[in-house]
Amino acid sequence: MEILVCVKRVPTVGGKITVTPDGQDVDTRMSGFSISPHEECAVEEAVQITERMGGTASVLTLGPEVAIEQLRDALALGAGRAVLLETDGREFGPIATASAIAAEVKTHGYDLVLLGNEAADTGDYQVGIRLAHELGWPVATGIKNLTVTQDGVVARREYRGVEEAYSLRLPAVVTVKEGINLPRYPSLPGRLRAKRAAVERSAPDWAAEGLRKQALRVPAASKHQATVLGHGADAVPDLVRVLDELGVLS
Amino acid sequence: MTVLCLVELDGGGPADASLRAVTLARSLGDTSVRTVVFADSAQVPADALAGYGVTDVYVVEPDLLDGYAPQAWARVLAGLASETGATAVLAAGTERGNEVLAHLGAMTGLPMAANCTLVTPDGGQTHRLVRHRWAGLLLEDAVMEAPVALFTVATDSVANVSAALLSEGTPPGPPLPSSIEVHVHKPELAEDDLRVRAVESPAGAGGVSLATARVVVGGGRGVGGPDGFAPLEELAGLLGGVVGVSRVVTSEGWRPHKQQVGQTGTKITPELYLACGISGAIQHIAGCSGAKHIIAINTDPGAPILTHADYAVIGDLHQVIPALVQALRAR
Repeated sequence: MEILVCVKRVPTVGGKITVTPDGQDVDTRMSGFSISPHEECAVEEAVQITERMGGTASVLTLGPEVAIEQLRDALALGAGRAVLLETDGREFGPIATASAIAAEVKTHGYDLVLLGNEAADTGDYQVGIRLAHELGWPVATGIKNLTVTQDGVVARREYRGVEEAYSLRLPAVVTVKEGINLPRYPSLPGRLRAKRAAVERSAPDWAAEGLRKQALRVPAASKHQATVLGHGADAVPDLVRVLDELGVLS
Repeated sequence: MTVLCLVELDGGGPADASLRAVTLARSLGDTSVRTVVFADSAQVPADALAGYGVTDVYVVEPDLLDGYAPQAWARVLAGLASETGATAVLAAGTERGNEVLAHLGAMTGLPMAANCTLVTPDGGQTHRLVRHRWAGLLLEDAVMEAPVALFTVATDSVANVSAALLSEGTPPGPPLPSSIEVHVHKPELAEDDLRVRAVESPAGAGGVSLATARVVVGGGRGVGGPDGFAPLEELAGLLGGVVGVSRVVTSEGWRPHKQQVGQTGTKITPELYLACGISGAIQHIAGCSGAKHIIAINTDPGAPILTHADYAVIGDLHQVIPALVQALRAR
């Protein structure tokens, strides 16, 4: 089973997101970077499938050269091959991103492409679907449970309290969500192997798209502070009164 | 002008999220808002949609397309958009709404903007819009240039406002369209559009779902470990609610992921969210900001959760919750 996992380098945001003075980017001077959470699970899923069925889990990222760090993270988790689609720092829109990935898929040949349901930062919700259309492959999104056989997959998700199951023939594209598995911690041999591994590179063309970012901003912060009902167990009578007023004690 | 809006159904009526999308569609100006519903025509909530100012409903019946098939739904929208000369196609920013519009974008080559909070036509083929990034923790101001604008609506940031209510307000809003027309629509679908479709079955083992619970009792790092959740479960039981947790709790393996509230977990919309031992990282707030009321129990009076909560108790949840359970049992 040849699997390609697409991951994205995103800032690790803690208590607060701030924007650069020109309003074009998230201010990352104080933050680290990591693989977007859904995609970390996609890497784990691919590694588990190849451990079970053989084949290779390749990992791809589209981003600046420093994104090799995230490729090495994925290699340390058990991915066997890494591809960097190197950008010049400009943000690729979802259409250009999907085309760049499609070109790699067509060159190498895969049975299954896994992505995160949406990137944590841009939240476009469409790269996997555009990729599938470009390849002419079936696609399922938002998947929380995946069963793979030699010629197909059954992908499951929940929607409004109902389980949906999708049967897809391979080759296929599947986008997954956090919760599909619990990603492992990288082993020491894994880290050493990742450090030495070669990274294949190419540089796709950036293209303008119909949706153009003008600026990013933080929503107006509330100066709000909670009304403190009291300290410790002594606050319980007041807490009960509030619960009663809110109508949740039936 | 015409705009087209996908309407999902929920419990016999239009889904709340879809009504928010219709509300935003109406705000695009002097437009006829036409909706698309996949259901038996006997089940189409025409009166409810009329109250939201919808002029036309296109119904695709189950004998033609039974169940959810994202690419087929998108094909139907593509056909109707061109038939009606729609300048925009919208859907709620739900899993299905985002998925169907992404398919529509892919099959037409048009851009698609997910989770918009505001859209303003700006002449010609231009729309100015504001959309969520980072699950709403950041806003993006953007411009879309496209012959047909495709966007989904961030349902936790756009109100659900009926046109009927506005037309009776002071000052009165625009009058309602005089009638709503229901058209049974018979689209041409290719086999390829139907190859991916959902087979539905009831999920999990009953019980109250986190997404729809009226009360959620949240537990975070402050719970201390997998053994600390029994009092939270007991409290949730007394309040007719369920337990939700923060990301640290699931990544430590204390509780399963399906209980996670947050950006990458479940977004909740209860009457009350009781956040216990949860500091309130922004990714968590992205999942609980839809709660009508938030009460925090936390040892740290400076915890970020207190800037989002209505009420707070400063103290150790291991003392406060058992005392609260006891007080509720005594009532």
